[in-house]
Amino acid sequence: MKELICIVCPKGCHLQVDEDRNYAVSGNSCPRGEEYGRMELTHPTRVVTSTVRCTGGAHPRCPVKTEGPIPKELIFQAVRCLDGVELTAPVRTGDVVVADVCGTGVPFVATRDL
Amino acid sequence: MYDLIVIGGGPAGLAAACSAWGKGLRRILIVERDKELGGILNQCIHNGFGLHYFKEELTGPEYAGRFIKMLGDTGVEVRLDTMVLTVTPDRQVHMVGKDTGYRVEEARTIILAMGCRERTRGAIAIPGQRPAGIFTAGAAQRYVNMEGWLPGRRVVILGSGDIGLIMARRMTLEGAEVLACVEVMPYSGGLNRNIVQCLRDYDIPLYLSHTVTDIKGRDRVEQVVVSRVDAHRRPIPGTEMVFDCDTLLLSVGLIPENELTRQAGAAMDPRTSGAVVYENMETSLPGVFACGNVAHVHDLVDFVTAESQRAGQSAADYVLGRTGGEEEALEVCTGDGVSYTVPQRIRPGRVDKSCPLFFRVNRVCGDSEILVRSGETQLACFSREHLAPGEMERIVLPRILLDRADERITVSIREVVSQ
Amino acid sequence: MYDVLIIGCGITGAAAACQLSRYRLKVAVLERENDVSAGTTKANSAILHAGYDPEPGSLMAKLNVRGAALAKELCARLDVPYRPCGSLVLAFSDQDDQMVRTLCQRGLANGVPGVEVLTGDQARTMDPNLSPQVTSALWAPSAAICSPWEYCLALAETAVRNGADLHLETAVTGLERQAEGWLVRTGRGEFYARYVLNAAGVSAQEVHQMAAPKTFTIHPSRGQYFLLDKCEGDRVGHVIFQCPGPSGKGVLVAPTVHGNLIVGPDAGPVEGNDVSTTGEGLGFVRRTALKSVPSINFRESIRNFAGVRAASDRGDFIIEFAAPGFLDLAGICSPGLTAAPAIAEYAARLLAEDGLALEEKENFLCQRRRIKFHHLSPADKAALVAREPAYGRVICRCETVTEGEILEALRGPIPPRSVDGVKRRVGAGMGRCQGGFCGPRVVELLARERGVSPGAIVQDRAGSWLLAAQTKGGTDHV
Repeated sequence: MKELICIVCPKGCHLQVDEDRNYAVSGNSCPRGEEYGRMELTHPTRVVTSTVRCTGGAHPRCPVKTEGPIPKELIFQAVRCLDGVELTAPVRTGDVVVADVCGTGVPFVATRDL
Repeated sequence: MYDLIVIGGGPAGLAAACSAWGKGLRRILIVERDKELGGILNQCIHNGFGLHYFKEELTGPEYAGRFIKMLGDTGVEVRLDTMVLTVTPDRQVHMVGKDTGYRVEEARTIILAMGCRERTRGAIAIPGQRPAGIFTAGAAQRYVNMEGWLPGRRVVILGSGDIGLIMARRMTLEGAEVLACVEVMPYSGGLNRNIVQCLRDYDIPLYLSHTVTDIKGRDRVEQVVVSRVDAHRRPIPGTEMVFDCDTLLLSVGLIPENELTRQAGAAMDPRTSGAVVYENMETSLPGVFACGNVAHVHDLVDFVTAESQRAGQSAADYVLGRTGGEEEALEVCTGDGVSYTVPQRIRPGRVDKSCPLFFRVNRVCGDSEILVRSGETQLACFSREHLAPGEMERIVLPRILLDRADERITVSIREVVSQ
Repeated sequence: MYDVLIIGCGITGAAAACQLSRYRLKVAVLERENDVSAGTTKANSAILHAGYDPEPGSLMAKLNVRGAALAKELCARLDVPYRPCGSLVLAFSDQDDQMVRTLCQRGLANGVPGVEVLTGDQARTMDPNLSPQVTSALWAPSAAICSPWEYCLALAETAVRNGADLHLETAVTGLERQAEGWLVRTGRGEFYARYVLNAAGVSAQEVHQMAAPKTFTIHPSRGQYFLLDKCEGDRVGHVIFQCPGPSGKGVLVAPTVHGNLIVGPDAGPVEGNDVSTTGEGLGFVRRTALKSVPSINFRESIRNFAGVRAASDRGDFIIEFAAPGFLDLAGICSPGLTAAPAIAEYAARLLAEDGLALEEKENFLCQRRRIKFHHLSPADKAALVAREPAYGRVICRCETVTEGEILEALRGPIPPRSVDGVKRRVGAGMGRCQGGFCGPRVVELLARERGVSPGAIVQDRAGSWLLAAQTKGGTDHV
């Protein structure tokens, strides 16, 4: 039995996940918490946010995020693949910055207009 | 003459202006000191915003972007790069900007939405030398996320507020080494999820009941000394740990930015450091409203939005003469375990169906009851599995209960099973 | 070959440079740090003392009273914040009452105008937040408060505008007597001068011993302070002292010219230039100040700092030739800030007596004016912004300091090289958020005006770097 704090929302439910009973989750208050509990022990993932260089805009950096969660162990590699990428304004929210982050098929997208 | 001037174009100001427009006001001006709308959200590039309001997880810039877009669909006037210098009690607003010049505008209503600022080293009197390399977490966040500069390579963070936790992760991802997060209280000041995904994910130790007792370094921070504290938050000699680092980030609290409010003469509440507000977010100055972090420090922008929408609606009601109802106000008092409430005054005659009430507790509790009393009468009781000072609580008081109250109501907590 | 070379650009060196720049002389000032006013001058009580403390007949006594009068005039001419608020020395016991009477007599002997002994009630009428325990008080109406670093800067700028050369980041490493005068070795080359003035503050003993055998010892003494938010600025209306003890004038509570409340200092010996604060020191200051003014709200503290005074074993200012052409201006502890212009006048007289010709320049620039947006009337603000839009962009919101004022400082006679240099000139970052908001914006302006990368901008001294590296690749990549 593992104890976890759910990070799906700010509520932070205290979850218990039973590895011996097919990762049965208790302590959650929504279905997303159940999924998180199971995933966190079998295949933990995170959405990664960072920035990239941008020229011609109001700021020298544009914020980005992975459009979906990627495996936790790829976080550092994912952030590094942004080095050297340079956008040119105008940038629109949702514009693809890196099409496939570390072979996950998940893209990095811009999170603001610049 | 404007119907409404909103001071501040962050999440509170944006939501208030959009809502006032939606409720029928047409002459609305937002005055924003920065060169763009969005306020602090622009530098909060992490995700986790909007779960309540948009039912999806957005980053700060995305959350701001949605409201900026909504505002673009209205006729609200925006003056950027413009600082408000004075607000008079008769609702004149003095402002100055490089391009907009010095102007005095009048308004039927004003919404104060200036947000908050961070507490600094001086406010908590950390002894030691005074080298460079001591930043508030928010200032570091601006450097890293907007300006593209890493302020240091080896970092200790004092305070476990959410911005500090978020910055622990950000600095780590940008190549810095975060050696420790130090919290003087026996519990964290930030959200649990941030402890997990910002500290534990990166093996950053959290030292509860510890504080920084010395800073060393002539020109730049070279060492930070951390000591354990006793139950009275006094450092215990002999427990010192020395960290070799070049940066100390402070995440030791936020203070509502109320210089204009005070200057205008609104009644202030020392518990929130914001103005005393009524159920409709109106201050003691008729027609002047306050919402968002200027009224009290929130943990979730979604609640800032909701509160600010109420303020926007209230301003519209005020201008359009829909305020009616009795003026008699109940005073909301803080009972055991409650450090503040917002609103501080409720006019039951002005409450439509129900009135939301925000508050914070002053200690960590397990299974608890939130009690609302008036004199000897218990008006309501809400149960919670968990209460913590770092997490703002919200209850909703139905009009029917408020009508039964006399003069004042008191909100308190009672732990059912001690932890 | 300079006629006079001054080592150190604190208040003493700056006042000397300003005084000497009146004459047809070639004057240079060497300063070790990257700005003037970087040592004791920037970290003290900011008081212009009336002059009842020093022993009658001492140099301190003479130069204090004369300096106080000169300071008033100089601050007005050079646009330095100055407020003649007067001071009270509080007594809490019979022994203190006796001390207050002694101080009053000393004041009269030193020629201090208007000193008188008040009853406790009279003192509380003047300053209602004083403790009910106060039994009597010395009232000195000629005491004043000022902004020490702006005062120093104004004097140094005046010297520079009148032709003096200021060499920053130029530490003296050696002095050698030559036929015509002195060879001064520094980290940035050699200088020659007929006369050398030693205004090196805490380092004055070190500099003295480069030129002459030891005649005094500097015992650095540290004082720690609280600076409180403007909402505490009216807690007292006068400078509130307690009776002086062996280690100094004790813990004072005073308004500042910027509207804050200053509380401190303690006094303790330190090694060299140690300006750290300590929990014990600050605790002592807090407890002691509450004895004078029990209602001070220390929760409104916005900054702690410490300064080191260059006290010597001689107990008086040391203003004398230590070697031919080498004049010490040493041991300048309190009331050095007050005495500075009188010390400068006195030093000039000693140089003249030694044979240096002091011919007044015809076109000496003795006026200085700065724009302080915050203090203008709405109409003047509007007119200024219409004329110069940069004064319409507020960079420091706590102190309402505009881009125009910062640019004016950056283009001034002694341009700031650091964020704190900007702060000392215009006040940006001095307020309750302590630069949290304006810091990055000041860095941006400094970098732009100096034509360097933001990564090259320092907080204060050379070496106090702010930014480690750029993110996301590129030249400065981590």
